Amino acid sequence: MPGLKRKDILGLREMTVEEIDLILNTAEALKDLATRPVKKVPTLRGKAIVTLFYENSTRTAKSFELAAKYLGADVIHVSAATSSVQKGETLKDTARNLEAMGVDAVVVRHSMGGAPHLLARSLRASVINAGDGIHEHPTQGLLDMLTIRQKKGGFKGLKVAIVGDSYHSRVARSNIYGLTKYGAEVWLAGPSTLLAQGFEEYGVRTTTRVEEALEGADVVNVLRLQLERQEKGLFPTVAEYHRFWGVTAERLRLAKPDVLLMHPGPMNRGVEIATAVADGPQSVITEQVTNGVAVRMALLYLLLGGGEAA
Amino acid sequence: MSVLLIRGGRLLDPARGLDRVGDLLVEGSRIRAIGTDLPAPDGARVVDATGKVVAPGFIDIHVHLRVPGQEYKEDMRTGTAAAVRGGFVGVVCMPNTRPVVDSAPLVSHLLDLASREGLCRVWPAGAITKGLRGEELAEIGEMWAAGACAITDDGRPVDRAETMRQAMIYARQFDLLVMDHCEDRSLSGSGCMHEGRVSSQLGLKGMVAAAEEVHVARDILLALETGARVHVQHVSSRRSVELVRWGKALGARVTAEATPHHFTLTDQAVADMDYSTSTKMNPPVREEADRQAILEGLADGTIDVIATDHAPHHVDEKDVEYPLAAFGITGLETAVGLALDRLVRPGVISLEQLILLMSTRPAQLINRTPPALAEGAEADITVLDLGRTWTVRAEEMASKSKNSPFIGWTLTGAPYATIVGGRLRMLEMKVIAE
Repeated sequence: MPGLKRKDILGLREMTVEEIDLILNTAEALKDLATRPVKKVPTLRGKAIVTLFYENSTRTAKSFELAAKYLGADVIHVSAATSSVQKGETLKDTARNLEAMGVDAVVVRHSMGGAPHLLARSLRASVINAGDGIHEHPTQGLLDMLTIRQKKGGFKGLKVAIVGDSYHSRVARSNIYGLTKYGAEVWLAGPSTLLAQGFEEYGVRTTTRVEEALEGADVVNVLRLQLERQEKGLFPTVAEYHRFWGVTAERLRLAKPDVLLMHPGPMNRGVEIATAVADGPQSVITEQVTNGVAVRMALLYLLLGGGEAA
Repeated sequence: MSVLLIRGGRLLDPARGLDRVGDLLVEGSRIRAIGTDLPAPDGARVVDATGKVVAPGFIDIHVHLRVPGQEYKEDMRTGTAAAVRGGFVGVVCMPNTRPVVDSAPLVSHLLDLASREGLCRVWPAGAITKGLRGEELAEIGEMWAAGACAITDDGRPVDRAETMRQAMIYARQFDLLVMDHCEDRSLSGSGCMHEGRVSSQLGLKGMVAAAEEVHVARDILLALETGARVHVQHVSSRRSVELVRWGKALGARVTAEATPHHFTLTDQAVADMDYSTSTKMNPPVREEADRQAILEGLADGTIDVIATDHAPHHVDEKDVEYPLAAFGITGLETAVGLALDRLVRPGVISLEQLILLMSTRPAQLINRTPPALAEGAEADITVLDLGRTWTVRAEEMASKSKNSPFIGWTLTGAPYATIVGGRLRMLEMKVIAE
């Protein structure tokens, strides 16, 4: 099996099936590490990683941090609130300064699409996209895929319904780019003002009727509703949203009995997802979180360890 | 008195029905003689134009010289050097400077500066409203008297329809062209590229084409209402072209320009160039159907002129996240090459049409005598080399700024010489400043 022949992880769109297979296989092999009594291995000892976050995040930042630490790397977190950004420093300057201190990889989250690409072009260090605006969130896409693969054995022919605000969702985009490479049938469902358009060439189907997307689905991925969208007039009220597009136990019965219920978190219970569903038997939401650490370990290992699949 | 003999070129001036191989003798600022085998007078500089096309001088009616106030992006010398290097004998400079050109002294200042430092003719456009704020009319009459050739709030639209209506009524009495950057800003919002498939896939906020079209339609209706001459700047969408065609059919005095980037690129460039901010401009490049409509509009005369919207920016304003980057790209030094390579060579338009689009009609729109290949006319001449294949290189550009998506492109067809008022200002794409 070939190694990962790229410096950066910017998105799933430009990745090949072989690369994604390698990452998922590596994650599978590394996954048990997180449940061992003694978690730390020395694989990346001496490597320095920075998580450079221009947007608030708890889950993703901590997941990367733990992944790095389990592999023995040193990791520091830089958030926009405490960095030189407030002094007017540009993204490139900030990253170059970190590189000048000897950082091997920069994990970046940014509110603007393409920001990691700008960094990747100007740094020798590896750049991992931890979410860029409404563009991609490749590690979330990979952890979703790992979760699906574990439960379903693969992706081909699966009906995957992505429900909610796909327009503003980098999770939806990374899911689309990753899953359609393997022949999954991806549906987007949500209010017409929040539906991502322009993915016809990937075979993606869109509907404003959530029932149509849920019908016979193998996987339901419920997106977080960003409540500030309401102020911009993209949907009228939370109650109306829940009535038409909320994933309830009743609606979920339209899906296959063994449907996987996923959510990238954090959840708005009672809005995009009913509590009975979130905590129900089909929910794999906490397994997604576990897999997130595994996928991030795999990426750090493959980019910085230079290794083949473990 | 300087003497220049342009020898052996194809003399092509479609407005005068001239198309013959011959010599053209320039004495001082004027064309003295047109003939065959004209002898070179003593001390004459001879330009061998064998195999080249000698045309009336090209004019770009949409240029940001950035003077006064933003000389770190461009200045009078570098901007006009870029113009003559690109084959232009004259430019209309936009008033969105610091301060805004919204009063007569600033127009006079620009004309004075151009006469001292400029390498080509410079015709300032004045603002429509004071400070480009879209509220009160600027001193349109005073600016006209000082030499302003048109009015525009370019860089931003005139938001309020009533303000635009009053501006049209007022400008009409001076027969001034009202040029508009058509954009409904409630629709374009914080978008940074064309709203469509590519923006969605790249996760960038888009600007819908309707943001432009709504204002194009408004301006045409107001032109019909007021009888004013209205010019749609940098038309970018299929429906905008259709609206202009419709407006002309209704009898509105509406004209339109298209830029080389809008007839060459689509929004796919943003993806292909991996978020390069050299693809960011307003209005944005749109879809293939839009580009095709612009080509049709150029071919059938719906679009009256080619203009560049030359918008130089410092590298610091471009080497940032895509949504944060300044809008605009340079255009003066690539326009003729792109027009020859993308329009004339594939037969979208004829060479004669190109000359009308880049010389005759631009001059007419701003009420200036069109350059002409005629004895006694001002010697404003552009010589074209249709056969030259060349590569666009940043380090060869005369502009102070290098924010062009065409750097590295290879084009066939280039400007060969630029003569401004009888002075040879460019030869073989090298600027002659003395």
